[in-house]
Amino acid sequence: MAVGNGAVDLSAAEARRLLDAGELSAVELTEAHLARIEAIDGDLHAYLHVMAEVARRQALAADARIAAGHAAPMTGIPVALKDVLCTTDAPTTAASRILDGYRSPYDATVVARLRDQGAVFLGKANTDEFAMGSSTENSAFGVSRNPWDRDRVPGGSSGGPAAAVAAGTATIGLGSDTGGSIRQPAGFCGVVGLKPTYGRVSRFGLLAFASSLDQIGPFTRSVEDAAIALGAIAGHDRYDSTSAAIPVPDYRAAMTRDLRGTRIGVAEEYGIGGMEGMEPGVQLAIEAAVRRLAELGAEIVPVSLPHTRYALPTYYITAPAEASANLARYDGVKYGLAVEAPTLLETYERTRGQGFGAEVKRRIMLGTYALSSGYYDAYYVKAQKVRTLIKRDFDDAFARVDAIVAPTSPTTAFRIGARTDDPYQMYLSDVFTIPANMAGIPGIALPCGFADGLPVSLQILGRAFDEATVLRVADAYERSEPWAGMRPPLGREVG
Amino acid sequence: MRLTIADVEHVAALARLGLDETEKERLRDELSSILGHIAALDELDTAAIPPTAQVVALTNVLRADEVRASLPREALLANAPRSADGFFEVHAVLGGPDETGTG
Repeated sequence: MAVGNGAVDLSAAEARRLLDAGELSAVELTEAHLARIEAIDGDLHAYLHVMAEVARRQALAADARIAAGHAAPMTGIPVALKDVLCTTDAPTTAASRILDGYRSPYDATVVARLRDQGAVFLGKANTDEFAMGSSTENSAFGVSRNPWDRDRVPGGSSGGPAAAVAAGTATIGLGSDTGGSIRQPAGFCGVVGLKPTYGRVSRFGLLAFASSLDQIGPFTRSVEDAAIALGAIAGHDRYDSTSAAIPVPDYRAAMTRDLRGTRIGVAEEYGIGGMEGMEPGVQLAIEAAVRRLAELGAEIVPVSLPHTRYALPTYYITAPAEASANLARYDGVKYGLAVEAPTLLETYERTRGQGFGAEVKRRIMLGTYALSSGYYDAYYVKAQKVRTLIKRDFDDAFARVDAIVAPTSPTTAFRIGARTDDPYQMYLSDVFTIPANMAGIPGIALPCGFADGLPVSLQILGRAFDEATVLRVADAYERSEPWAGMRPPLGREVG
Repeated sequence: MRLTIADVEHVAALARLGLDETEKERLRDELSSILGHIAALDELDTAAIPPTAQVVALTNVLRADEVRASLPREALLANAPRSADGFFEVHAVLGGPDETGTG
């Protein structure tokens, strides 16, 4: 092929140019990815299900469409789909025994939109069970590995698509982010991850975790690709009444590379200046990124988000409460695992007892407790009120600044098994990402350096529905540093 | 907040979640610990703060009341563990082997 083995390292924008110029075919691009999956995914385990035949068919159709001059931005681009997104032509399991083998009768709206654009689906990617976790260690079907260090987690819950995009086994990934599940694994794997504004992307066909927090977004190798992918999936959907009827701008056109006059907030509560549990290497990289943004012409403005420390406990009421209601549907009657017992009640209990893993049970129990009679006001309503305070913090800050920068996570990727004994330690991994979900605002994670050979990630938050500013700041930063071109060693060792 | 095994069993019954004895003990300890962290919220006086249930500025999203095609029944029943005559099949909830079985 014209571009050799480099095909798996192309950004979607680069692949688009080569595809449209006839220098690369969608079939070649797809076969290069399938070959690399075959070579390294046995160890990496980014995928739960590889859709090789579907992908080959889609690639042929993409080449015909390109030849006919009707290519869309995603035509022929290889994509990994987190396995919480419903697909008619592959299983959808949420990495749970309770949905082992489940085949959805419909596509998620984001899947349908990519299908309409002629994208190529390489497979369903690993996740913590029902997107509950920060490492993929809660997947019922095994952990994924971090391409930068196979003994470390890729982050989670969307660790599969993050690892695939980092390792060159997908050009673009789609994940979901309820408390950081796109941004944190993007950070751990050294790729770009975008959580759009709540309501920017339809959630129809996303297996629900916490419905007031969940949002779908892309994993990419560049900020430009994040703009391309968001443009392909964003916009109102009649099947999701919380999707916003707000026009989708041209995100690529918004990336002017000019930060002059842009006011960027640095929150004292986000650890710049010291926070317990923050690794020094992360702090150094974030401080350097802030200096770089200033050099690029942005005005750095100190801001305060005083309720930041309450976001994590608020989240661990709100998200489990919503999850306990959403997961009531897995009852052994309509689909999935059924463990038959003499009575309906016992069938429910046995099915759910055997079908759900430890973390899912923990959250169903926590959420049910918070919603139960006598505790509803003390926990659930209390958390909703604190959510108001967290949202007001951002409203106040965004009256003064156009974007806020923060670390994506307090640490780099941790070792497999290092945090599994203490649920709350695992939850702390999302301390910087959760506030954006509570407020519904967009956030992007992008590489900003390395600490001890592992990627460090910068998070940029913006006003609701102002992904354009977030992308503009991220793109300008990315172009000023070498990080976007760095690739992990996995599968590239000599011999 | 220190939970007891009886608390765990009560919540598990509400959640229709079968747990073995080991799981009950572990959840008692883990949930107690997590609730201890969550108690930090008590530091905040929220008496005058309205709750936020969702962050979209939308209320009562309506659509025209028109008939649309739905998915075929066979497609929806294809994943059912048991179905009969075009319906999901479940154990009798009344008059079955255990009439208290509905919980």
